[in-house]
Amino acid sequence: MPQPHIIVRDLTMAYGERVIQSDLNFTIQRGDIFVIMGGSGCGKSTLLRHLIGLLTPARGEILYCGVLETGEDKPCLDFCRANAQTRLQILRRVGVLYQSGALWSSMTLAENIGLPLAEYTDLEEDEIEALASLKLALVGLKGFEDYYPFEISGGMQKRAGLARAIALDPEILFFDEPSAGLDPVSAKRLDDLIVELRDSLGATVVIVTHELPSIMAIGTNSVFLDAESRTQIAQGPPRDLLESSSHPKVKEFLTRGGTL
Amino acid sequence: MTEIHKPALLACRHEDGRLRVCLGGNWLLKHPRPDACEVILLLREAPQIRQITIDGSDLERWDSGLLVFLYQLLDYCKEKDILLDCQGLPEGARRLMKLATAVSPSGDPGHGRKPPSWLETIGLEVIELAEEVYDFIHFVGESTIAGIRFMRGKARYRTGDFWLLLQECGPQALPIVSLIALLVGLILAYVGAIQLQLFGAQIYVANLVGLGTVREMGAMMTAVIMAGRTGSAYAAQLGTMQVNEEIDALKTLGLSPMEFLVLPRMLALILMVPLLTLYADTVGMIGGALASVSLFDVTLLEYAYQTQAALDLSDIMVGLFKAAVFGVLIAAAGCMRGIQCQRSAQAVGEAATSAVVTSIVAIVVADALLTVLFTRLGI
Repeated sequence: MPQPHIIVRDLTMAYGERVIQSDLNFTIQRGDIFVIMGGSGCGKSTLLRHLIGLLTPARGEILYCGVLETGEDKPCLDFCRANAQTRLQILRRVGVLYQSGALWSSMTLAENIGLPLAEYTDLEEDEIEALASLKLALVGLKGFEDYYPFEISGGMQKRAGLARAIALDPEILFFDEPSAGLDPVSAKRLDDLIVELRDSLGATVVIVTHELPSIMAIGTNSVFLDAESRTQIAQGPPRDLLESSSHPKVKEFLTRGGTL
Repeated sequence: MTEIHKPALLACRHEDGRLRVCLGGNWLLKHPRPDACEVILLLREAPQIRQITIDGSDLERWDSGLLVFLYQLLDYCKEKDILLDCQGLPEGARRLMKLATAVSPSGDPGHGRKPPSWLETIGLEVIELAEEVYDFIHFVGESTIAGIRFMRGKARYRTGDFWLLLQECGPQALPIVSLIALLVGLILAYVGAIQLQLFGAQIYVANLVGLGTVREMGAMMTAVIMAGRTGSAYAAQLGTMQVNEEIDALKTLGLSPMEFLVLPRMLALILMVPLLTLYADTVGMIGGALASVSLFDVTLLEYAYQTQAALDLSDIMVGLFKAAVFGVLIAAAGCMRGIQCQRSAQAVGEAATSAVVTSIVAIVVADALLTVLFTRLGI
């Protein structure tokens, strides 16, 4: 029985007067690898920034379900209208991997991962250190604790960013273009890592991407945003969309303009 | 609410060199948990143990708290060549442990942690200094080439940029220069006049303020203000461009960053610092007049006449020459630090800081040298 984790209802996103996307309606189930896809400039990253509260929606609501213990009768919380403290509590259950890794450049990798732990848990310093090396080992960066972000390659920075995202054992992981700028092999490895972490941590994963191989390989559900009509034009598992979507734009996107 | 079950660790020894570690309860980060040291201590006491079996059948809820325990234990086991059997763990934990050990360590674990010995530190500092000198000479050479190309009309840069830079480091600096120059003129007059009054010679405060401002203080103050205001801005701008690979983009287009970025900035400062100095001189003397007239019984006319008699055109030219030199130094320090910036946010901050420090040091040293030189030459 699937349980909803995030519900987006009638969401409209706008920068001032300029509407980016309107009337978005979709549900992300627990354990999903949910793909937000669409062409460049359609508002994928903007949607992600709304989901994690960096931007406020013009209309509509984003509900987080079962993230905080709110009692049986009212399992869902409206993220956008919650007070600052509740939002922070929700965000603590969320990990984000930004497009460029967004590691803090003045800190070593271990310090990058240790910062959320030091801020939000009351662990001892040596425990934080041990946890940081564990998280680095999980993403295949054992032994890089004392490196600064500029001393390692782009792909490694991304994996270190992932280690920071899972520092607080989140139940929802957001990825912004995880495989952008990676070679096919590294991209595949990152995909495998995402699936492995989802399975073993039991987390829900939300990915913004336009990388077809990733979408097809790991996506279990998806929503397709269109830049012209400024709304979603399809949703469902990516493979089903490829087989049965009647919308020419979705078909074109998923077959790379008919070349696949 | 569910009752919180305390995490439990039961280590039961077996005869044939095997240790069975039973885990139970909730292993969560937010609650205190048993430490891996407890098991490790036991292993130290009994070196005959060659295999550890983890039994997690009584585990309830777990997160990274459990993993970090296992991971520490695993680290010790690897070192001592003890087999750690994780089959009895919940599936998620087993997979995570497998993931954590999938890649063998490739980084250098002691990286950057071990402080070098004092001899090594001295050596490193000397090498760094030599590199800095080399970079400096390199920069001076490149900017000279850019300057020569500019004189021959071959330098490529956008004139629009140049006018914008001129506006930023010229007119927009007027308010702060006015304030500082006025106050310094005032202070100079006040301090000087109190001493001169002892001889009844307070009229000579005009000479003091006039010569002091025009030959020294005007150029110096303007230069220090511009170093803090514009030199640091140049370093931060160019440093951020370095971080964003904008400078690489210029290079691959065949545009020299020295001509495109550094040259207009240098020209802007060479032109504007002397002009601002002239302005600061005037304002400084007005400040001096204000103090003398209002506090020391000197009329405005007397003050103006005395100033005119004390000052020579060569004094003003000395000040302006110094100002032009300072302008070059500020622009060079700012641009050099910016161009040499490493690719991180911290490096940009360091570049801005060291741009200001370098230019102020350079300004004061250059001022001392020039003053000695002009005195020798009798100007």
